[in-house]
Amino acid sequence: MAETKPRTLFDKVWDAHVVEQLPDGTCVLYIDRHLVHEVTSPQAFEGLRLAGRKVRRPDATIAVADHNIPTMGRANGIQEEDSRIQVETLERNVAEFGVPYFPILSAQQGIVHIIGPEQGISLPGMTIVCGDSHTSTHGAMGSLAFGIGTSEVEHVLATQTLLQKPAKNMLVKVEGTLGAGCTAKDIVLAIIGKIGTAGGTGHVIEFAGSAIRALDMAGRMTVCNMSIEAGARAGMIAPDQTTFDYVRGKPYAPKGEALDRAIAWWSTLPADPGAHYDTVVELDAAAIAPMVTWGTNPEAVVPVTATVPNPADEQDEAKRAQLARMVEYMGLTPGQKITDLKIDVVFIGSCTNGRIEDVRAAAAVAKGRKVATGVRAMIVPGSGIVKQQAEEEGLDKILIEAGFEWREPGCSMCLGMNPDKLTPGQRCASTSNRNFEGRQGPGGRTHLVSPAMAAAAAVSGHLADVRELA
Amino acid sequence: MDAFTKLTGVAAPMPMANVDTDKIIPARFLKTIKRTGLGVHLFDTLRYDAEGKERPEFVLNQGPYRKAEILIAHENFGCGSSREHAPWALLDFGIRCVIAPDFADIFHNNVFKNGILPIRLSREICDQLMEDAKQGDNARITIDLAEQVVVRPNGEKIPFEIDPFRKHLLLNGLDDIGQTLQHAPSIDSYESKQKAEKSWMPGISL
Repeated sequence: MAETKPRTLFDKVWDAHVVEQLPDGTCVLYIDRHLVHEVTSPQAFEGLRLAGRKVRRPDATIAVADHNIPTMGRANGIQEEDSRIQVETLERNVAEFGVPYFPILSAQQGIVHIIGPEQGISLPGMTIVCGDSHTSTHGAMGSLAFGIGTSEVEHVLATQTLLQKPAKNMLVKVEGTLGAGCTAKDIVLAIIGKIGTAGGTGHVIEFAGSAIRALDMAGRMTVCNMSIEAGARAGMIAPDQTTFDYVRGKPYAPKGEALDRAIAWWSTLPADPGAHYDTVVELDAAAIAPMVTWGTNPEAVVPVTATVPNPADEQDEAKRAQLARMVEYMGLTPGQKITDLKIDVVFIGSCTNGRIEDVRAAAAVAKGRKVATGVRAMIVPGSGIVKQQAEEEGLDKILIEAGFEWREPGCSMCLGMNPDKLTPGQRCASTSNRNFEGRQGPGGRTHLVSPAMAAAAAVSGHLADVRELA
Repeated sequence: MDAFTKLTGVAAPMPMANVDTDKIIPARFLKTIKRTGLGVHLFDTLRYDAEGKERPEFVLNQGPYRKAEILIAHENFGCGSSREHAPWALLDFGIRCVIAPDFADIFHNNVFKNGILPIRLSREICDQLMEDAKQGDNARITIDLAEQVVVRPNGEKIPFEIDPFRKHLLLNGLDDIGQTLQHAPSIDSYESKQKAEKSWMPGISL
């Protein structure tokens, strides 16, 4: 028999899920886990209903409401009518179709991409989808996880498969040791700054190298979460001992002998020596500084020590116009120091940075300090479990004492679908993933940063270099 | 889904790169449980000012482009979120075809499911079409999917590539689920095999 071609992590997970390959190369791809939320599912369930179809694998599906829900006083119900209708619609749909659901007042409720790994629902080697682009987060487990639209949500509900063609392989290697004050968020912002918002289009990115291996699971999730901001279909990190230790004991993960068998298979997933990558990018972790986005897409990013770029320096006319538009929208002056930018709001949370490790990082900076006068600082845990854990550790007290608002879990100001929004012109240091125009509220100005950098901005009243707060 | 065969219409020039899905339809308009009615909010922030008044400089607020059926843009169109509300808003406005040098992956997938044809053409050709589009009503562009050509107002035919499977679905207005269910026996046998080989994988039951 011919020797098998060396395969990447992506190749192996893909191959293990091909149900059938059609003559033109399109594959019927089996989906192991389907995460469902209130915003992108109503039309999918309606489609099933109209066609008289059932959910094929309710036991491979989990639903939760996260995008719309208030982060204060939710026990009193959802005040915004359209949000309430969406959540009620989800609740009716999961009841009708028999889909498991974490109710909004349960501790398991949280941002869909936080709770998947946290509950042991997202596991290595799986295919995982959700009607949300940040599904790439789950790739940190060593799974193939990607966002889909509502038509595909309906397709997965009905068939437990998707029609897909394989992506290209990209390897992003980050070697070396991160400097003090630098985090997984800074790594991924540096990567996007290097390859651009479309740099990963058509590819699945595998993140590798000693700096990635050294990250805990929370950090790996932050990195994979933002793969989509580089245009990639998904981001993945090979499962290793860190992954297996994380999975052990999670509520829905296999246990005992079943876990041993799972780990035996998961251990075969890392890329074979000599596996082919269509694109390879390398970064030096030691050269990465705390990063801040200055513009209106995540590629417009600079180290905190830098200044606002001057669009006039750009040669390409179309790009120059785009940069000028960003400078104008963001209310900046070319050449201005990043650390001179005054902040109105700080948002710590989201599927990018809403895990317990992120709350700890923020609390470490906030401890013994006060939120600057005139700054509104909010911290929104990614799930009820994260909130509980933080409260057990007394982090809530530290943060409240410092002047932060300690809120209930949800997507919140990452996209402003609930009452947590910026008002026009407000400048926000945010640990979320997108700085698009109006993303956090019409006219809002977003600077993406790590949780430590966000907390540093909160106590300084302006964007600040966390390394100088030590 | 409506079939897409041949379309002749006004094309709106939108010379912008990285038109993200928050620009196409901001998150605050996603609180709907329907697919229709989003056209009025298409490009909301670019189209209306803070008081909700139309911005006259925005292309879709100008004479012939109010009934544009084709949109021409620059690189990385549709980047950002997976919201299918973006294609729904385009479709509800009346856009059936978007031409750009490239598209973000999820958006590219989503438009096909809604009978909208995305066409990738080089930046140079997009810029030529952009010039044609500036002629408004006087310069209709034709898209012939069967022939895989864009026909410029001067009659020049520009060929484009499309995945044959997706072309077949679009030309016939077929929905994917029906196609996939033809492979139901394969899905059944995959599931039996998986049950045996990955018996460690638990189901979710609360």
